[in-house]
Parts: sequence; C-alpha cells; structure tokens
Amino acid sequence: MIGFWTLFYKEVLRFWKVAFQTVAAPVLTAMLYLLIFGHVLEDHVQVHGVGYTSFLIPGLVMMQVLQNAFANSSSSLIQAKITGSIVFVLLPPLPYSAFFAAYVLAALLRGLMVGVGVLLVTVWFVDLQVVAPGWILAFAVLSGALFGALGVVAGIWVEKFDQLAAFQNFLIMPLTMLSGVFYSIYTLPAFWQRLSHYNPVFYMIDGFRYGFFGVSDVAPALSLAVVAASLAAVSVLTLLLLKRGWKLRN
Amino acid sequence: MTPAVSIVDVVKTFGSLKALAGVSLDIAQGEFFGLLGPNGAGKTTLISCLAGLSRPDAGRVAVLGHDVQADFREARRLLGVVPQELVFDPFFSVRETLRIQSGYFGIRRNDDWIDEILHHLDLAGKAEANMRGLSGGMKRRVLVAQALVHKPPVIVLDEPTAGVDVELRQGLWQFIRRLNGEGHTIILTTHYLEEAEALCHRIALMKQGQVVALDSTANLMAAHPGASLEEVFMRTMRR
Repeated sequence: MIGFWTLFYKEVLRFWKVAFQTVAAPVLTAMLYLLIFGHVLEDHVQVHGVGYTSFLIPGLVMMQVLQNAFANSSSSLIQAKITGSIVFVLLPPLPYSAFFAAYVLAALLRGLMVGVGVLLVTVWFVDLQVVAPGWILAFAVLSGALFGALGVVAGIWVEKFDQLAAFQNFLIMPLTMLSGVFYSIYTLPAFWQRLSHYNPVFYMIDGFRYGFFGVSDVAPALSLAVVAASLAAVSVLTLLLLKRGWKLRN
Repeated sequence: MTPAVSIVDVVKTFGSLKALAGVSLDIAQGEFFGLLGPNGAGKTTLISCLAGLSRPDAGRVAVLGHDVQADFREARRLLGVVPQELVFDPFFSVRETLRIQSGYFGIRRNDDWIDEILHHLDLAGKAEANMRGLSGGMKRRVLVAQALVHKPPVIVLDEPTAGVDVELRQGLWQFIRRLNGEGHTIILTTHYLEEAEALCHRIALMKQGQVVALDSTANLMAAHPGASLEEVFMRTMRR
C-alpha cells in the first residue's frame, strides 16, 4: 500500500504545486461562463421551472469536474512519457492496480477540488437549492473517476501533446458541451434528443442536477446505473491495458 | 549459489531489427560486471529486458532467481537501475524525488539513507533544490541516488558517468566500489573503457545483439598481451 499512497501523493503534489493553473484557472473559466450566459439568458429562459442561472451552475460544476479529472491523469502520463520520467514508476514493484488507483484517485481529487471551487464562487449569484446531496456526491465521484480513468487510457495511448489535444478537443469537449450543461435536452429537436441518450455525459449532468433541484430529464437511478456501468467498463479496459504494459513496456 | 542475474537465450526484435539475437549469460552475486559494446549493440535493450521495461520475444531473465516477468514484483525490488537517458521530474526537489522513489519501493522514513547517499554523491547541498535547477552532472547523480534508495542487491548502471566531471566521477566510483565491497552486484555499461578496465571483474562484449566475448577482465587482457582494453575492444569488434 505504501507504493500506492506514494504515487497518489506524488500525483496530488504535482497538480497542487501549480494550483493556480490546475485549480484556480478552471474555476475562473466557469465563473465567466456563468456571468455571460446567466446575464444574457436569466430573464428569458427557465428549465424545469428553475431560473437559468441556477440551472446552469450544476452543469458547469460537473463539466469542470470531468474536464479536470481527465486533464490531470492524461497530462501527467503524457508528460512523463515524453520526458522519459515514466521509468520512475515503471522500474519499482508497483502493481498495475495500484498504478490505476493512484492516477484515477488523484484525478478525481483535482476534479472535485475544481468542482467545489466553482460552487463556492458561483453560489453567491443565486439561491441554489440542494435537494438530495447523496445523489450529488455519487454522481460527482463516479463521473470524476470515469474521466480520470479515460485520462489514463488517453495518457498511455497518445505519444505527442497534439494527439492528446485532439483527444480532448474532438472527443471530451463535444461529449461534455453536448450533454446538457447549458440546456435541457427536451429543448432539442427529436433526433438530437435521441442522440443525446447515447452520450454518457448527459446522464452525469442530468443526475447531478437532480441532486440540486429534484427534477431531471431521466430517472436519476437510471443515470447512475449508466455512469456506474461506464466506469466499470473503462476501469476494466484500463486495467487490462496496464497489465499488458500497452505502450508503456515494449 | 543463485546467480545475481541469469539471462537465457533472450531474443528481442523491433520490426525487422534483431536487437538481441539469443543472449545468454550469468552474473554471479557480488560481481562487478561490465557490459560493453558499440552503440546499437543491444546493451540497453538487454538492460530494459532485465528491468522489465521491455518484454523479450523469447528467453528468460531472472534476478536472484526471480523471473522478471512471472515474479516481477520481487525481481524489481532486488534491482536498482540508473537509466541512460538524463530524465527527471521537474515538479520536485532532490529530496522529494528521493522520498517519492523510496515510497514506490514501499519504504517510508528513509531520510537517514537518503542523506548518506546525497553525501556520497556530493549532493547534500542541493537536497532542497528543484531538479530543474541542477546541472547535467548533478541530474545524473540524482539518477544514481534514485537507483540506490531501496538498497538493491543488484545495481545496473547504464552509462552513469556521461557528463560527470572527473573529480565527481572518482567520488561516484569510490561509493559504487564501497557498495560492491559490501556485497552489491554491479552491472556497468560505459563508453569509458578505462573505467571498465579498472573496475570490472568480468566483461561481456556485445555486437549486433550477441555476446561476442565473455571472460574475466584479466583473461581478456592476457589474450592480447600489451594491449589496453580499448585495443581489445577494437580488435574484437573488427572480427
């Protein structure tokens, strides 16, 4: 267990030493989204009977949890691969399960820290309700872990920073932006509504939002099942890749 | 006695390149062993197979009887490797780097040994310095320190003195000799053949993925009276 805790500690220390960039900057970005969209749309849009600014906040929180969890594990691994310092974790007797758990938990921690930061700075703008904190916590933890694990897959798969940027810009960003962060999918045409149900991030945002307002586009239990199943599938895939040493050991 | 390292018929190919073409050798416990050869001979590939960074296509590698694939956790615990590339993690100080490396090997509160290593590698004054601020030679010595944090019985040094000045090189060898005297097995690759001649009990010469000469340093030299190891090396490679 000491090996696992050390790798977890190292990963946390790595992002904490540059917290201005890894924690403060995404909080500021989310606040800007809120100020701009909230100001423009507050008087025009209500979703599920909730004011637009209130509706937007949980979506922004979850979006930042996901994007930062992904960014943490993927950037740490690609940087270690490119500089060669990955050997420091490949030479010791660390089990691949410890490797997986340390990277995912550190990514989750960063995601949650950014999420809490976004909540703290945006909550002053509206009177935000919390109907079911258990659902909020469950969706935040499972979804952050899922994107942390996806970041591990991306980090060991890609070989250059531009490949990672492509992964982020062409997969992660569309999945999060088109998941209902800024809208309810029931405001979309029927085709796009149906398509949104194939986007797992939609269930993360929708279930997370249920914890605040007690209303959602689909039942929160169904959303949680989709998120948990996705996490299980990505975790199994990641563990298999790590066991094989795919792209890490020739 | 179980060999410190046992390498049996190891083959490794990268595409059409046969990096290792059936390498076999045993290294006894307590030996100071030299692995020499020109660039591309397969030395670093062989070390990668030993360290578990590469998987051989065929053959078996074991450290003190522990297979590096099947029993990788025990094999890696027994091995300390100084990589050839000058790599470092730019986020941490020298002490943080060494504490973290100790933790990977399951060791907490290792500061007494870390301080001793830093002293012997003339890095005590840089313990709290960030890795980015160190010279190339200092970074190289931190790599040596990282390989030693868990006091491994088998130590692999892949060109450890490249870029290290003469005075510090002497200090490094004094420390490594002391470790060898205490029973640690040392495996060295270097392009400084005079260092290998002075330090190694036995030497393997590699060429194109094969071991082309393997004998005690004294026997290798005796086979070429009056020649330096460099001349022995050149003659063997020309064959």
